Amino acid sequence: MSPVFENFGAFVDGFLTSLSIILWALVGSLVLGIVIAACRVSPIPPLRAFGTFWVTTFRNTPLTVVLFFCAFGLPEIGINNSFFFFGVLGLVLYTSAFVCEAVRSGINSVPAGQAEAARSVGLNFTQGLRYVVLPQALRTVVPPLGSVVIAMFKNSAVVGAFGVGGELWGTGLTLTSARGFETLPIFTGVAIGYLCITLPAGALLQVLERKVAIAR
Amino acid sequence: MSRQESVLYDAQGPKARRRTLIGTGVAVLVLLGLAYLVVQRLAERDQFSMELWGPLINPGNESFEAVWRLIGEGIRNTLIAAALAMTLSIVLGTVIAVARLSLGRIGRIPLIGFVEVFRGLPVVVLVYFGVRVLDDVGVDLSGLPGGQVLWGLVLGLTAYNMVVFAEIVRAGVASLPKGQREAALATGLTPGQTMRIVLLPQAFRTMLPAIISQLVVVLKDTSLVTFIANYDELLSQGESIRRNLDNPIQTFTVIALLYIAINYALGRLAQYVERRQSRARTTGGEAEAEATDGIEGAPVRTGS
Repeated sequence: MSPVFENFGAFVDGFLTSLSIILWALVGSLVLGIVIAACRVSPIPPLRAFGTFWVTTFRNTPLTVVLFFCAFGLPEIGINNSFFFFGVLGLVLYTSAFVCEAVRSGINSVPAGQAEAARSVGLNFTQGLRYVVLPQALRTVVPPLGSVVIAMFKNSAVVGAFGVGGELWGTGLTLTSARGFETLPIFTGVAIGYLCITLPAGALLQVLERKVAIAR
Repeated sequence: MSRQESVLYDAQGPKARRRTLIGTGVAVLVLLGLAYLVVQRLAERDQFSMELWGPLINPGNESFEAVWRLIGEGIRNTLIAAALAMTLSIVLGTVIAVARLSLGRIGRIPLIGFVEVFRGLPVVVLVYFGVRVLDDVGVDLSGLPGGQVLWGLVLGLTAYNMVVFAEIVRAGVASLPKGQREAALATGLTPGQTMRIVLLPQAFRTMLPAIISQLVVVLKDTSLVTFIANYDELLSQGESIRRNLDNPIQTFTVIALLYIAINYALGRLAQYVERRQSRARTTGGEAEAEATDGIEGAPVRTGS
């Protein structure tokens, strides 16, 4: 493991870059995913169709293809930006489909009787949504949404492998190919770096799940 | 499942219908506007020219045959890798799940740690271990049919998916009524026989939709090998087509459509199997339907 400790600084830098990818992608995919989910449950048919199209497209395409499309396709139509931008963009587009499905399944899990009861005691649409449907939906959304977010953390490695550079994966590649270190210790270091993100996130999710769980 | 609309709003009256109609008009205009912008941009940059699309869609084009031969090989290799990885992970996953279920409270702790570690690692890192690190530390897989890279990829994918699968099996066995196990033991079957003859066959049946959904994940993940080594699966072939023809938008559109077609078909198959199963169970239909709904929404933290 000594190559890891010798280059510990590089690993810390890589870890921080990975975190920034994750943070941008988290914000972007949550916002976009919720917008798409709103489209999918709205009463307006064309918006529903658009939401379904979006989810079918991005859920069935590998993240790698989305990334290739962003990085090689977009410059062809005059959109030029850094690999970091394209990487995060691809990850956001891909993850938004999964966020949408998690949110939608949460809304679906609220029994129709709840909303009907809310209406029958005289709450209007906004009140019913705010006091009855959403509080229950948000609770059931936590476990699937948490899994989606953790999967996104792991997928940030794909963005790294794609060539953003400077994050955990890129650090591993530079150290092994450019400086000729052994792959086993270096990539064990990379793996531990990712575990430092995913294991605490998983534990946090479990605590959160227990907190918001409702007996049904 | 399909009646989600009813949660949020009632059957619409005349006023709401009018509003929906107006909303529909506005939405159509906005979406058409967006589509127009995209198409116009593409046309402006000459992305619809036959020079770029020809090799992919025009059988008369000189490159057409070569391009589709590459793509065909790519699909075949992707399917081979996915099928091998899936088979191996089903076998190993079942072993892990059975071990976890039959070990005692303390004996299963290392196993749980093992499962958590593999589940917490990005697949691409595991594929790297399979393809590169195994090679570097002197594990020679090139004697196997298909060669070193294929089996490295398969092992990498298996390392991740076997633990996911172990979780699916465990959930499947746990979902069976308690009486099944008790009855099997009472008739004199050993715990091993109970697992093999009574519990696992039933668990596999309920898990079939989850297994098919996971197949979609494995299939998508085979494309990760592009970053690591040379294995001519679908995306790698697309990448070499792009390098030769310099038409990224067109090539990757076709590649994406092929992935979507395969995965969408698998997804529908999973839905079909699930619906057929919940119909087949005549007793306690409602409770069962609810249980499968849960699986539909969140297939045991499969991710990717």
